[in-house]
Amino acid sequence: MSAVLELRAVTRQHGAGEGLVHALRGVSLQVAAGELVAVMGPSGSGKSTLLHLAGGLEAPTSGEVLVEGTALSGLSRKRLAQVRRRAVGYVFQDLNLVPALTAAENVALPRELDGAGARAARREAVEALTEVGIAELADRFPDDMSGGQQQRVAIARALVGDRRLVLADEPTGALDSETGEAVMALLRARCDAGAAGVLVTHDARHAAWADRVVFLRDGRVVDESVYRSPEAALGTLGSLR
Amino acid sequence: MSVRHGLLALLSERPRHGYELRAEFERRTGSALNVGQVYTTLSRLERDGAVVGTGDGEEGRSTYALTPAGAEELHDWFTTPVTRESRPRDELAIKLALAVGAPEVDVPAVLQAQRTDSLRALQDYTRLKARADAVDDLAWLLVLDALVFQTEAEVRWLDHCEARLVRARAAAPPGPAAAPVRAPGREGVRR
Ligand SMILES: Nc1ncnc2c1ncn2[C@@H]1O[C@H](COP(=O)(O)OP(=O)(O)O)[C@@H](O)[C@H]1O
Ligand SMILES: [Mg+2]
Repeated sequence: MSAVLELRAVTRQHGAGEGLVHALRGVSLQVAAGELVAVMGPSGSGKSTLLHLAGGLEAPTSGEVLVEGTALSGLSRKRLAQVRRRAVGYVFQDLNLVPALTAAENVALPRELDGAGARAARREAVEALTEVGIAELADRFPDDMSGGQQQRVAIARALVGDRRLVLADEPTGALDSETGEAVMALLRARCDAGAAGVLVTHDARHAAWADRVVFLRDGRVVDESVYRSPEAALGTLGSLR
Repeated sequence: MSVRHGLLALLSERPRHGYELRAEFERRTGSALNVGQVYTTLSRLERDGAVVGTGDGEEGRSTYALTPAGAEELHDWFTTPVTRESRPRDELAIKLALAVGAPEVDVPAVLQAQRTDSLRALQDYTRLKARADAVDDLAWLLVLDALVFQTEAEVRWLDHCEARLVRARAAAPPGPAAAPVRAPGREGVRR
């Protein structure tokens, strides 16, 4: 099975001279279709940098990022922008909803930018809002919603259309625990349906939804926890249930 | 955990056979009992007058029922909080307490190995929860929730230990004991 996302010995530096920061120091990672990978690590360990590189928002200093087998470094600006819009969905800490647009318009925006007709984009947006459980808020403006509802809109925007790679940076950060769990269930379902997902979180309970949990420290992967099987899980409990 | 009180609780619902007690205990708590434990405990309960066995006396075929004395003992168990002291000692806390003073121990690597193991357990519990039924498996879900919360707390505590260690090393006077905290490398981590 080929990876939807592959990082090959990726490094990323910021600044120069005295101010040189090694945000990532040689990270290799593959995420297959259907797989959800969580990234954990202390503040400043390079988690957000990893997501930015994975989504083509930043270029690595060295190494290569491939999305569905295509090296991002070889793409023209235009093609890169296309991959970012079509193949990749983002949920970032900063939600970036457009206040002047309704929920449905916010979600439809990337599809419209991508050339989908207004009607088709609206229909897809409503589907995505339904998937995150807030179809009834389609015509509301972000300022008239709670933080949790806005977060769901941002997630719907990341899932709309056929995104094969979903990147989420602390998507549950501002949410109460119940809404956080619901968001995780959504991400998990999307991956079970065939997307590849990368989730940055400091919350172990949310990371535990992943197939693999990768631990970053000072820009390096220091360890990894892999989910095995239900049988192994039951074995953990010393039971044959 | 007391097998004794577990059996009394199941018998308070209705009389049951020994093999049924074993299966039901495991179904609800995820915790396995061996046959020997069940029958040894039942005969002690019978000796103490907390249960009565009926039927032809052949072990697997006897039915056990709660007596008023057994009901009273069970009531006391449910209404008495489980004290912190009565739980097993926390081996992990003891291990780390000893690791920080021991020479040649890569404490961050010890912390990371534990964190990875705890996360793997949390992944297991999360999947088991997802497979359980909210109504039929209520008892089992409560047990899984307990494991999730305990494990989550453990991971938070490990993160806290790591931060505390970094601060302590930064504040310690220079010397062999104040060696900089190394980031745990793969080689240092038990897989
Ligand atoms: N644009 C930037 N300029 C300079 N340094 C940066 C920039 N972005 C990130 N860094 C540095 O790179 C390191 C990793 O940052 P980041 O990926 O945001 O970590 P995390 O998300 O794990 O907290 C940090 O030391 C951070 O200060
Ligand atoms: Mg970050």
